[in-house]
Amino acid sequence: MVILTMNGVRVQAEEGSTLLEVARFYGIDIPTLCYHDELTPYGACRLCMVEVDDGRRTRLVASCLYLVREGIKVKTHTERVMKGRKLILELLIARCPNSKTLQDLASKMGLDKVRFKMENKDCILCGLCLRMCAEQMGSGAIGFVGRGQKREVVTPFREASEICRNCGACMYICPVVETQCRGIKSPGELCNSCLIITPQCSEKYGQVMCTLDSCGACVEKEKKIV
Amino acid sequence: MKKIRTPQGLEALQNSLLQRRDSNKSCVRVCIGTGCRARGSVVVAEAFRNEIKKQNLEIPIDTKQTGCHGFCESGPVIVIGPREIFYQRVKLRDVPEIVSKTLLNGEIIDRLLYVDPTTGQKVLYEHEVPFYEKQRRQILANNGRIDPTDILDYIAVGGYQALAKAITTMSCDEIIGTVEKSGLRGLGGAGFPTGRKWRVCHKVPGDVKFVIGNGDEGDPGAFSDRSLMEANPHSILEGMIIGAYAIGANQGYLYVRAEYPLALKHLQIAIDQAREYGFLGSKIFSSGFDFDIKIIQGGGAFVCGESSALVASIEGKVGEPRAKYIHTVERGLWNEPTNLNNVKTWASVPLIINNGADWYAKIGTEKSKGTAIFSLVGKVNNTGLVEVPMGTQLKEIIYDIGGGILEGKKFKAVQTGGPSGGCIPEELLDLSVDFERLTEAGSMMGSGGMIVMDEDTCMVDVARYFLDFLQYESCGKCVPCREGIKRMLEIVTNIAAGRGKKEDMDLLQELAETIKDFSLCGLGKTAPNTVLSTLRYFREEYETHVRDKKCPAGICKDLIEYFILEDKCTGCGACLKLCPQQAIDAYGLTHTIDPAKCIKCGICRDACSFEAIMVK
Ligand SMILES: Cc1cc2nc3c(=O)[nH]c(=O)nc-3n(C[C@H](O)[C@H](O)[C@H](O)COP(=O)(O)O)c2cc1C
Ligand code: FES
Repeated sequence: MVILTMNGVRVQAEEGSTLLEVARFYGIDIPTLCYHDELTPYGACRLCMVEVDDGRRTRLVASCLYLVREGIKVKTHTERVMKGRKLILELLIARCPNSKTLQDLASKMGLDKVRFKMENKDCILCGLCLRMCAEQMGSGAIGFVGRGQKREVVTPFREASEICRNCGACMYICPVVETQCRGIKSPGELCNSCLIITPQCSEKYGQVMCTLDSCGACVEKEKKIV
Repeated sequence: MKKIRTPQGLEALQNSLLQRRDSNKSCVRVCIGTGCRARGSVVVAEAFRNEIKKQNLEIPIDTKQTGCHGFCESGPVIVIGPREIFYQRVKLRDVPEIVSKTLLNGEIIDRLLYVDPTTGQKVLYEHEVPFYEKQRRQILANNGRIDPTDILDYIAVGGYQALAKAITTMSCDEIIGTVEKSGLRGLGGAGFPTGRKWRVCHKVPGDVKFVIGNGDEGDPGAFSDRSLMEANPHSILEGMIIGAYAIGANQGYLYVRAEYPLALKHLQIAIDQAREYGFLGSKIFSSGFDFDIKIIQGGGAFVCGESSALVASIEGKVGEPRAKYIHTVERGLWNEPTNLNNVKTWASVPLIINNGADWYAKIGTEKSKGTAIFSLVGKVNNTGLVEVPMGTQLKEIIYDIGGGILEGKKFKAVQTGGPSGGCIPEELLDLSVDFERLTEAGSMMGSGGMIVMDEDTCMVDVARYFLDFLQYESCGKCVPCREGIKRMLEIVTNIAAGRGKKEDMDLLQELAETIKDFSLCGLGKTAPNTVLSTLRYFREEYETHVRDKKCPAGICKDLIEYFILEDKCTGCGACLKLCPQQAIDAYGLTHTIDPAKCIKCGICRDACSFEAIMVK
């Protein structure tokens, strides 16, 4: 067992576990997009960054990859972290404005403005699908090609893959293949409806009682995250 | 049987080589490095050989093809021993004259001498050329002296003696201790203490360990690694063998980009020869130590110079970095402990073993030891490779060695460290060049690129240029780097086009800071440097672009206009003929430019002999 401090609280963690696992175990909510607990962490979305003080210096690390160490002090929601996470999300929404996952996350994190020109892409290049395909389905029918702006997920040589069994696991795990958010704004914009509309349930009962899977933004906004 | 098994055997070979080589004998050394090669030095070298044969000389004359001297702009350069006369810009037709006059009669051919642009004086010897005079050449010392394709040349100047000393008289611990004590820091950019890296890699348990030489050199402006690999490949091999012995590795890899064919060729020849002489292979110097080196060709992506991407590339995977919370020295190539160093770092090792840690530690500043190598380019009189002790001032490099700014123009900024370095302004010209000071100034040592810019440079345009390179070279794995650099480029492009808004500068600053903090690898972490440093030192230039829609340096095309000065134009028509747009009218005596047709290519200005065409 390793003892570390997380947001000021001394916590215990199993050796070899990541900061993200520990944080989630203790109920601390760290947003992620490229992480899944059954797949090898990849560290690409950078939303899970947290501040770690190892006694020598304080730096930002990806909590999905960083392993616990004795005595380190971790802060998961500092101003520096929150500011960066928000900007990264802003960059992602500007790339894929029609993803409900991203829009919900935006509401949850209080992102109310996108300062970049909106594009209209679908894939956020989180790499979950290809890890799913290779690690869980034992196939490896898809992969990344290209560098930088040209990066995309395709089958080898863009031809129908011989080893693809059409299992659909890639689609299952994709965080952005979903019905568009049907907020009050037109597609291609930052929605934020959840922030603008106060749900009746919350007014009446003091809590959100969505029948659908809720983002919880309406209450989250009032709560000041420490 | 060529294999050398003992230090005595090596020394005997060196002595016999030196005896055979009469130091008074005339010798023509022609540089066939990439720079001189482009100017036809291979033909010149060939011509020397033929000419010497043809003129049927009585005194024996050696011809030697050497690697890059680092003064490529004067190429092809030749040095004539034993007097070490330095000729530059030698053409094919000069060869017979050089043979008959200089080689046979010792006459100097005046027109081939180098002229110091500041004093106008002719310089006879290479070491008196101001460009070299102020340098301290250690790592590059034998560039241009030895034939890189002949191991005997390297042995004659004392090559492989450090290896003999290390293996036969020093323990692994002592070798690592010496490197630690010397203060050697990685010359690949980050300046990590080399000894400490070796120590960790040595200590990590494991039967299989690797060493890697990083010769990727992805920075488009730098050519020091290339030059070293081409001109003195054995020094790199020797360092790697010593390091591998100390760390306990039996296999080494040299990662070199495929765009460096000559470096690849010379390294392969060097490896083959080292095997032949027993410096690579089994039981090196009769010890129990086996080691071999293999060359891996890189595809040329900038990011593949980054250690984890490089390792992935050697493994045959996509060259893409990973988080290094577990270091490469613990788990690197094929998950085994791996020690990666830049080729210049490796080449420094034999020097340290030969001369001792104290000798090395005396050179440089308190925290940065040894020498730094820069590829000095841009608007300076002398461009080329510069090796100076750490702590040398920027102005010494630019003015004393570089000979000042071209055409007597005014200095504006110098960018160090390659595409992700920062731009340093005139106020900081007395900055001492070492790892710490450069980082404090918002730049870095990086790959040793040094680009000098004059008053005609627009800093917004510079930022745009480097961002464009970086967004193209970003591997695209992590969001801040891929999306962030793209957006920075978008904003800077808007500013350069006169579409900038006041709040853009704050957004740029915010983006830059977040990309620096949140990116996965060094590429993203350093990419905002140009933006941050230009915002810090040249903010008013951004403001002028945004507020007044003007480019003070007259570079940003959307913000400038070409016009013709009536009193200077002679109506000669030179511009008119060349204008691709037919935008120049010739009514009356002088010409005028039609701004509606002009595409601001600047051809007219270059064509005008009367300085009549201006930009506003
Ligand atoms: C984007 C990027 C490109 C790099 N390119 C090179 C390179 O071309 N050559 C090199 O030696 N190091 C390069 N590095 C640095 C290496 O990651 C590594 O730190 C270095 O090779 C270690 O050797 P050293 O300790 O001898 O400096 C690069 C780093 C980054 C982040
Ligand atoms: S979850 Fe850690 S980087 Fe995406």
